[in-house]
Amino acid sequence: METTEKTPSLVKMFLKKMLQNKLACFGLLMIFLIVVLAIFAPLIATHQPNVMDTGATLLGPGQDGHLLGTDNYGRDLFSRIVYGSRISLIVGLGAVAVGSVIGILLGLVAGYFGGWLDSIIMRFMDALAAFPFILLAITLMTVLGTGLINVIIAVGIGNVPGFARMIRGQVLSVKEELFIEVTNSLGAKQARIIFIHILPNCLTPIIVYATMNVAGAIISEAALSFLGLGIQAPTASWGNILKEGKDYLIVAPHIAIFSGMFILLSVLGLNLFGDGLRDALDPKTRA
Amino acid sequence: MSDDSNLLSVKDLSIDFLQEKTAVRAVDQVSFDVKKGEVLGIVGESGSGKSVTVTSILKLLPENARYTEGSISFKSEELLSMKEKQLRKLRGNEISMIFQDPMTSLNPVFTVENQLVEAIRLHAKLSRKKARQEAIRLLQIVGIQEPEKRIKLYPHEFSGGMRQRVMIAMAISSSPSLLIADEPTTALDVTVQKQIIDLLKELQQKINTSIIFITHDLEVVADLADRLLIMYGGQIVESGPAKTIFANPLHPYTRLLIEAIPHGNKKSGRLPTIEGNVPSLSEIPQDVCRFKERIPWIPDQAHEINPKLREVEPEHFVRCTCYKHFWMKEAHEKK
Repeated sequence: METTEKTPSLVKMFLKKMLQNKLACFGLLMIFLIVVLAIFAPLIATHQPNVMDTGATLLGPGQDGHLLGTDNYGRDLFSRIVYGSRISLIVGLGAVAVGSVIGILLGLVAGYFGGWLDSIIMRFMDALAAFPFILLAITLMTVLGTGLINVIIAVGIGNVPGFARMIRGQVLSVKEELFIEVTNSLGAKQARIIFIHILPNCLTPIIVYATMNVAGAIISEAALSFLGLGIQAPTASWGNILKEGKDYLIVAPHIAIFSGMFILLSVLGLNLFGDGLRDALDPKTRA
Repeated sequence: MSDDSNLLSVKDLSIDFLQEKTAVRAVDQVSFDVKKGEVLGIVGESGSGKSVTVTSILKLLPENARYTEGSISFKSEELLSMKEKQLRKLRGNEISMIFQDPMTSLNPVFTVENQLVEAIRLHAKLSRKKARQEAIRLLQIVGIQEPEKRIKLYPHEFSGGMRQRVMIAMAISSSPSLLIADEPTTALDVTVQKQIIDLLKELQQKINTSIIFITHDLEVVADLADRLLIMYGGQIVESGPAKTIFANPLHPYTRLLIEAIPHGNKKSGRLPTIEGNVPSLSEIPQDVCRFKERIPWIPDQAHEINPKLREVEPEHFVRCTCYKHFWMKEAHEKK
């Protein structure tokens, strides 16, 4: 009788790999901190984020009980950044959710069925990807109007081609695998083959790509808000705090510096985590 | 022989593969029947069209394949004109297939339980729990010990032989009337090969299914098959009851294949081989004996033009007249 090899479970192996990777742990910590900020914003914020105090404008960090100082309207910067993390996270996750769901569906259909359907979908994706992203987002924002949901949609649509291409490539190789033919020979329906057998086998690179894309989406939101097309004042988002800060770079650099730093740290954290995720999930580096 | 006893009847089946501009014939005018409870062995080298022939039964050929002529009828129903939906009801239910490479025939992201339960539930309305019990029972039948424990494992935690056992369990889950085994033992080592063949033999008697067993190794089917088809270059070159063929092999190809079976007691020298290679499909000679190139010692005039299968004794068919000149091989070798 043949014997079964005893291998540690995949989850355990994955966790071990992740914990060994110091940078990935740092990234995870960053993500964790920002998530905590976003969830417990009302508890963490020291002031109301939108309450102005004309007597205390452009205060430096630490002055008058304002941890990170105040902006040009005298609003507490720390509280605004804490509340702004909500917007950044929502846009980041929302846009990736929109982009990945649409992108994955299109990529699955294009890759599995091939032929003219594939050509049409992928040429459309090429066209979308050929647009400079900011231009595309500006166009969409102009058409849709500003607002949180519309930012998510605009940034999300910008993410679609990347997901579609990536999953299509995966599907092309997975659908030739013998176990797909086996499933076919067992009489499974096409929808079942696509969603239950092909999709899970394509997910690993998608998870990594999605993590990285959350960082990209956060930057995109900041960029749109910076251009005045994204989240509108007085709602705080890291992008529009940065935008307001740019007018006071000389007198009150802390406004731009702190909001910029939060963008930097969250994006850095997501990217480091994404890298670690890729290393841990890539079967080629699996011991 | 009445038609009713035939479970599967393939008549004059020809399959072309469309390449950029040309069509290449992979299966040429193949006819055979499979009776209920019978084991049919199809033997031939790689590229002889045996896999294409059987894959065509389930209509799982790649997109560039065309059924040029012929018919495939299963339980007196024509498969070639069947809709995808009807075919799906047959696949894995009435006709199941076991593939060559057990290492890649299971989905790596699901447990064995998941896949077995899926296979069962595709054709039987069973609750998940009932299907799981059935899955454990099937694993027991195919000889996997401690099935309750093993069923939770992933395919990569199984050895090749065990994976092939799981594949067999999936294939027999619906008690199919026809089991197609496409070189199920080729990727396994010899001891495991023997176990799998014994298992198939045992199952065949237990659930009384018909089996089409494909192999390039005549020895493998020697004590399994009731009837044999020897294929070369997309054609059947010899067919008949296995006993008859082993006792009285006629076509040079069959004889060379039998000679190539190693014998434990024969100590001397190298194993006999067949000269040359299987020609690629686009280069195969038409209208002549396709095996001609590889038996150069048989003179051209000994071959027929456009050779047909001929019944030389009851139920024993051979293509081409060149078999009558096989004896010339010895003289050729002495040279």
